[in-house]
Amino acid sequence: MSSRRIFARPARFAAIAPYVWMVLFFMVPFAFVLKIGLSQTAIAQPPYDPVFDLTAGWDALRGAFAALSFDNFKLLVSDDIYVFAYVRSLTVAITATVLLLLIGYPIAYGMARLPRRWQAVAMVLVIVPFWTSFLIRIYAWINILQHDGLLNQILLALHLVSRPVVWLSTDSAMYIGIVYSYLPFMILPLYATLAKMEPVLEEAAGDLGAPPWQVFWLVTFPLSLPGVGAGVLLCFIPIVGEFVIPDLLAGSNSLMIGQTLWLEFFTNKDWPVASAAAIVLLVVLLVPLLLYERLQKRQLEHER
Amino acid sequence: MTDELPRTSTASNAAGGDPYPAAGQPLLRIEGVTRTFGTFRAVDGVSLDIKAGEFFALLGPSGCGKTTLLRMLAGFEAPDEGRILLGGKDIAQALPHERPINMMFQNYALFPHLSVRDNIAFGLKRAGMPRAEIAIRVAEMVALVKLEGLEKRKPDQLSGGQRQRVALARALARRPQLLLLDEPLAALDKKLRESTQGELMELQRRLGMTFIIVTHDQEEAMTMADRIGVMKAGKLAQVASPRELYEAPRSRWIAEFVGDINLFDGESKLRDGHRLVIGTRDAGALVVAEPREPVGAGRLAVAIRPEKVKLSRRGPVSEAGRETAINRLDGVIADICYLGGTTTYKVKLDTGGTVQASVANSARIDVDAYSLNQHVVAWFTPDDCVVLPS
Repeated sequence: MSSRRIFARPARFAAIAPYVWMVLFFMVPFAFVLKIGLSQTAIAQPPYDPVFDLTAGWDALRGAFAALSFDNFKLLVSDDIYVFAYVRSLTVAITATVLLLLIGYPIAYGMARLPRRWQAVAMVLVIVPFWTSFLIRIYAWINILQHDGLLNQILLALHLVSRPVVWLSTDSAMYIGIVYSYLPFMILPLYATLAKMEPVLEEAAGDLGAPPWQVFWLVTFPLSLPGVGAGVLLCFIPIVGEFVIPDLLAGSNSLMIGQTLWLEFFTNKDWPVASAAAIVLLVVLLVPLLLYERLQKRQLEHER
Repeated sequence: MTDELPRTSTASNAAGGDPYPAAGQPLLRIEGVTRTFGTFRAVDGVSLDIKAGEFFALLGPSGCGKTTLLRMLAGFEAPDEGRILLGGKDIAQALPHERPINMMFQNYALFPHLSVRDNIAFGLKRAGMPRAEIAIRVAEMVALVKLEGLEKRKPDQLSGGQRQRVALARALARRPQLLLLDEPLAALDKKLRESTQGELMELQRRLGMTFIIVTHDQEEAMTMADRIGVMKAGKLAQVASPRELYEAPRSRWIAEFVGDINLFDGESKLRDGHRLVIGTRDAGALVVAEPREPVGAGRLAVAIRPEKVKLSRRGPVSEAGRETAINRLDGVIADICYLGGTTTYKVKLDTGGTVQASVANSARIDVDAYSLNQHVVAWFTPDDCVVLPS
């Protein structure tokens, strides 16, 4: 009995650790952001009003609470700029995620079917770009995509085009940049599930009369769904809030929500609207997350 | 419970293609099939005929090529040389889904995302069978393997034995002309394995199907199969009935691989009518029956199964006429191994060698049991000996 208690205590601490982490580094900052989102812009330091001052006494604090309002959130819904930014973010994220899945799946599948020792090599090749700074890699793409860049030179040399194509500051450039940057995040979870899958299941499907494309759709793909889900989430969520790639590679006529946030925060010094926009973004992102979790839970219950 | 399955329903044609040949007619012909991996000849010029309705076992140690041969029949490997004729048609290069052959995989390979019902229906759906017929066939199969009530379960909610039944039902559902079974019982514990052996045999007989089973377990092969093909290093060493394989092995290697055996190396000395006298190093001169196939002069081995070696205190009590021809070996009991049904005695011979004798424990309280270091006579008849090239 006593020995059990000795072992139980550290175990209980270990279970608490993630909650402490969540509270300290997510809930508390989130409360700050939420509070700023409910405040008003002010030409002051910090640039919003009211400010909670715990030393000013109870009445002052109550007054500060009363001054909070949902005005910023109403603005987000009523002003086209923000609505468009959200819609564009979601459109870009969905399109890019679909592209990533279409490109990443065959690569991951090919990797999983390589001989064992080559799988490790392929894995390193997928991860190797991370050894260079993300920003440098995006700048490299600017170089490749510019008017007299590598891509246009190749296209001209192959006589595929007669004049240099405008790549930079287009959506194509942005998608190239996003797909390039996020591909490892799609490939790795897919590879992990596909490598775990027994090839004998595909043989069994073939043996039972399924031609190769049916083997894929009826066995391989359904069994890789956990990997698809993980890959899609790992890509979709950060792409919705992506700032650097659209800012450097896409045109400036339509902004994603990340860019809008940046503008509000740094250029307009409007912290409250930026905070409100961030909170709405979080809520928008929570929907697919919860949906995914629900699906997984249902699957688990089904298996039990 | 459906006891008799109709053999020529429209569904069987949809799933299988050609009608079944009548029992006893040749169904599968393997002609000079070879498969190499790099420089390794996994299957090396194997030829074999299998009749419709036969229960055939491919037996061999691991790495002998039996699984590769089976995989070529299923279509997962293509032979480098040779032909595989099923009902007269060469299927050596056909893809797995184009063959009227199904396989039961070693670890069952059940689809983990599908229920028992959908696993069994998988092959039927691929064959384009109408929904209503699929439902009937699945119900038939579920009843056949006694899985009623578990149709909605997923494979990971089943026990090993139940999974094995689902795999069998799934492989049988399309009513293949030929069913391949790759170590189908290896994952079951001993008791379950033995009862399942019986069920498999019963099922095969009832459905009149042709089964080819791959196994490394010689007891399993002996129990179930009509004929056994023993493979060694990619080649078929012997194809025979279980009895013939055991009583008339064609080589020393087969004799040792199938069951236990005493082997005495020696040379042919003289011929006496139908008897041959062979001088052995360890057991002196042994009289054996002349083998059916004449053996060459050189070195030979006399093989005798332990249960055919009799023990007695004073020597054989037998008819006077045979007495001269009986092989008598004096020795002492060196080791006793009690196995329940039988006891195996190791007898250290006065001539130097040892001989094993397996004696049935026919009485519960055996006052005649031998004890260690007791002097005994081990004896056996010439007809019980097999002469093998050394």
